[in-house]
This record gives sequence, C-alpha cells and structure tokens, in this order.
Amino acid sequence: MALALQQLINGLTLGAVYGLIAIGYTMVYGIIGMINFAHGDIYMVSAFIAVTAFTALSMADISSVPLSLLLVLLVAVLFTSVYGWAVERTAYRPLRGSTRLAPLISAIGMSIFLQNMVQLTQGARVKPIAPVLVGGIDLLSVDGFTVRLAYSQILIVLVTVALMAGFTYLITKTSFGRQQRSCEQDRTMTALLGINVDRTISLTFMLGAALAAVAGVMVTVYYGVVDFYIGFVAGIKAFTAAVLGGIGSLPGAMLGGLIIGLIEAFWAAYLSAEYKDVATFAILILVLMFRPSGLLGRPEVEKV
Amino acid sequence: MNKPILAGIGLLALACANAHADHLVAIAGPMTGQYASAGDQIRKGAEQAIADINAKGGVLGQKLKLEVGDDACDPKQAVSVANTMVNKKIVFMHGHWCSSSTIPASDVYNEAQIPMATVSTNPQVTERGLKNVFRIMGRDDQQGLVAGGYLADHFKNKKIAVVDDKSAYGKGLADEIAKAMTAKGAKPALRESITAGEKDYSGLVSKLKSAGVEVMAFGGYHTEVALILRQAQQAGLKMTVMGGDTMTNSELVTAAGPAADNVLFTFAPDPRKNAAAAGVVKKFRDAKIEPEGYVMYAYAAMQLFAQAADKAKSTSYKDLEKTMREGSFDTVIGKLSFDAKGDNKLPGFMVYQWKGGQYDYVKK
Repeated sequence: MALALQQLINGLTLGAVYGLIAIGYTMVYGIIGMINFAHGDIYMVSAFIAVTAFTALSMADISSVPLSLLLVLLVAVLFTSVYGWAVERTAYRPLRGSTRLAPLISAIGMSIFLQNMVQLTQGARVKPIAPVLVGGIDLLSVDGFTVRLAYSQILIVLVTVALMAGFTYLITKTSFGRQQRSCEQDRTMTALLGINVDRTISLTFMLGAALAAVAGVMVTVYYGVVDFYIGFVAGIKAFTAAVLGGIGSLPGAMLGGLIIGLIEAFWAAYLSAEYKDVATFAILILVLMFRPSGLLGRPEVEKV
Repeated sequence: MNKPILAGIGLLALACANAHADHLVAIAGPMTGQYASAGDQIRKGAEQAIADINAKGGVLGQKLKLEVGDDACDPKQAVSVANTMVNKKIVFMHGHWCSSSTIPASDVYNEAQIPMATVSTNPQVTERGLKNVFRIMGRDDQQGLVAGGYLADHFKNKKIAVVDDKSAYGKGLADEIAKAMTAKGAKPALRESITAGEKDYSGLVSKLKSAGVEVMAFGGYHTEVALILRQAQQAGLKMTVMGGDTMTNSELVTAAGPAADNVLFTFAPDPRKNAAAAGVVKKFRDAKIEPEGYVMYAYAAMQLFAQAADKAKSTSYKDLEKTMREGSFDTVIGKLSFDAKGDNKLPGFMVYQWKGGQYDYVKK
C-alpha cells in the first residue's frame, strides 16, 4: 500500500514532466500538421540554460530558493522561446507549402544539429548542479517504509497544474487562442480574415518551447544532472504521450503524459525496471488498435 | 622539368617517407558520449607516455605517433573505429574501454593482426582465444569474487540487492558478484536490471526501499550510480553501494555530491602508490592532471608496446605477440606479464572507498 502511494507520487511527477513536453508536440501538430522532432532537444537546451543560470546565481551569492527558482525559470523561458522561434523561422517556415515530408526531415536535422551544438559547446560530460530543493515531507510509514513527498515533486505538480489552467484559459478565452484555433481549422480562410498566420504559428512554437523550458528547469531541479542526450529519450516519451492522448488535443497530451508516467512507475516497482519501456509502448499499440486517434483525439472527418 | 621543381618533389617524397616512418599507435574509447571522462583519462595517460618515450629517442630509433579513436561506447561505432585504425596501419592499440565495444572490435584487430592491450574486464574479452588480445586489468570474475566476498563478510545479515545496467560489463560483473555472495551463504535479497542512459530511477529506489535494502551491489557505470544515489537520498533511503572499477571516476562525486561517500568499489591496486611510478605521478601532477582511474593504465599500455618492440627489435605482429606473451615488462602499474589467454598475472583487486572526493583503500 505504502509502496503504491509512493509510486503514485513518483509517477505523477514524471507524468507531469512528460505532459509539459507533450503539449509542445501536440500544439504544433494541431496548427500545422507536422511533428516537431526537434522539440525534445529544445527541452534539452532549456535544461542546459537552467544549469548555467543556477550556477551563475550561486556565484552571485543568491541563496534564496524561491527567488533563484523564479529567476532561473524566467531566464530559461525567455531564451528557450527564442530558440523555438529561431527553429521555426529557419527550419520550417521556408518549407511551408512544400510536401508534408520536407519539414519532418528538416525537424530531424534540427534535432541532430541542436544535440551536436550542445555537445561541442558544452562538452559531453554530465553537468551536475548542487541540490536546490532538498528534503520533503514524510507522509506515512507502514512496516518501516516511509512514503516521502519531496519538495521538488510538490513544485513540479503545482507548476504543471498552474500552467495547464493558464493555458486552457489562453486557448479558450483570449483572442490569441481564437486565432490559433482558426489557424488550426483553415489557414487560408484565417489569412483572408486579416489574421497574421505566420505570426500565430511563430507564437505557437514559442509557447511550446516555453513549456518545454519549464519542464527543463523542473527536471534540472529534480534530478540535478543534465547531459546533451536527455532530449532524445524525453522527446520520444513525450511524443508517445501526445499520440496516446490523441495528437492535437491539449488535455489529451497531459493525460497521455500522466498515463505513461504512472505505467512506468508502477511497472518498475511491481514487475521489473528492466522492461518498463516495453510496457509503455505495448499499451500505446493497444490503445491505437482500438482508438486510432488516441484517447481524447477526434477522428478526422473526410469531407466529400 | 627544371631543377628546383625536381628538388621540391624529391623533398616532398622524403618528407612523406619520414612521416610514414613513425610508429602509429592508437587508443580507442569513449571520447564523447556519457562516458567521455574515461576516454579523457586514457588520452591524457597515452599522450604523456608517448611524449616521455619520444623524449628518450622513441622506439627502435623512430618516434611514436598517437591516433585517437572515439567509439562512444557504442559497439557499432567501435567496429567502424577499428576498421579505420586498421586502414591507418597502426602497429598497436590500447583499447577499447567498454567491454561491449572491445569484444566486437577485437575481432577486427585480430583479423588485421594488430596486438591490443585493453582494460575491459568482461571475461569474454580473452576467453575467445584471440591471440592478439592482452588484458592489463583484472577480470570481472576476479573482481566479482572480491566484491561479493567483501559484501558477504562485512554486511552479514543485511539485505543486499544486486543491480545491473544490462551492458556486457555491468551484467557480467553483477552476475559474478551475486555468484560469489551466494557461495558464501549471503544470497542477494533482490536482483534487478535498469536501462542505462535514463534519468528516472525512482521506481528502482522505491523498490529497494520497500524491500529494506541497505546495500546495493551495482554492475554498471558511474553516471547511473550517481543518479540512483541522488534519488535515493531524495527518497530518504540511506544505502551503501558496491561498484566495480568504473567508480574510480571523480565525475561520480560531482554528480552524486556527498552521497558518494557511501560508495565502495573494487579496482586494481592503486598505481599511484607504486613507488617505482612516483616520478611519473609527479610529472602528471605538475601538469595539473590527477593520474586517477585509467590514466596510469594508458601510460603502462604504451610502455608495454615500447618495451616489447625494443625487446623484439621489430614491430611486426608475430614478434610483438610472441614477446608480449612470453616477456615480463616493468610499467608504472607494476610488473606486467600475461598467461596463455592474455590475462594479466598481476595480483587482482582491492576494495576502495570514496571519502570527501578522494578514494583510498577501505579501512578494515
């Protein structure tokens, strides 16, 4: 029982991070119908920015945890959004209107470029930071097993909930959200109505990158080490989450992330840590067999 | 054709001939990727050794020249590195580092008849009857015997888990540790595997915690141990870790922080304590390089080549192989001599402990 509760906490934390990255995939797919394979590497870049910022802050003798977290978040979101914008501007926009395959290949190229850029400039070695948020709350203790809720886990879940609430508001209630949704439905018609489609798409990429940046900062705080390769595994898992939840659907991405996080946590604890990825992908296949458009995705209606 | 041009061509030909006259020796290992710091140690050791050998006039009157191959601990890349090195016509290889890279690459060197000295510890490296492979480090079955025996003796009645990372090295070592423990009547309480390269090991940590594990024997690399220790600390789990020779890497301490003080590991006797090596150790420290981990082994591998070639008066494969197998060589890691399989006859492994960012023999 205690182990189950502990794994529920661990799984939710991991799932929240996957979900935050998955939203970036799903949003871009929703608006221009392409998979942005460089998204995982944008997340990796943000983790490096976070490490740099944490190190700079500790050198500047800023020891207040809330203040340094806030500053690092701001810096990471700012720089990573610029990355997101630049990637869209250089690798995808010139290819808009060409075949569907071209931006996909361009995205894979961008992913390799970002990985190698970080490896060359930052080195291949693992970059650690001193623990930022240590300790936690001991919830309950059964048979000598203490369920522990780390402060960093509380932070991750709270930040994710707040971001999701803000995001839902942005998409459903604001005029930018309306522009985004109309771009999703019909780009030509949206342009005819006087909306700057290119600008909306750029902003979407920046928003996705900003969410990945938050995930990158959270992971840096939680695990304490980053390297240039973390974007690959995280990107694949988040992409799976987006597909599982129904690509194109925002709540679906979050749901998919949580499901994958929980499957991994419980499988590792009760069966074997060895085959948890097999479990994740087996469930993805099962879901897609019975619901090809994902859990919350709507099947595309073919108009005659 | 006029004379200056002719002379120029002549000079060029001479220069080429000279360049080819160097003995090309190579190192290969993870120069990039998550284990790049080990590759860095190998490179520093080899570079210093070659500088020292060349300063004394080289080998058989010719200088040594170093080629560096990067396999990133990827078996596929290791084979392509091996083929590149064969094409460059190297006469000696020190590498690779990961057992999973060394095993496939050694077949390539064997076919091309290039002698190699490796620090990979998986028994299969020398068990396949390849005549060109020499191991200057111990074997996992020796290492596992020492580690497993130590655990059974010093952590009696404590719950011990054995975990590996599914790599050729990690699984091999973990299996040997578990075997040695069982033989001494201390059966592992838990046997687990993880996937290397991930970041989240909270599942494993919870499992260890709920099983009441106090000691974890780990077959694998330092990066994973650092992550597991960090996450165990976060989950309020205090445990001792027993690892293999890869834990000599100081990156473990930077990544795990103070939790690294709970790491024990087995490694060959510390070459830095070898009195005959004091001069070389000082040279490294003067150059601001701490000769930890594999630095001295890379140095010794180059000494092995130089001494064998001098003794054989040749760098042909036949002569080198015969001399290395039969001879005995004075290196910075002690006297090197090999058995029929190519395994090192040096005395085996010691148990070490990390303490405050330094490692030393564990106090009994």
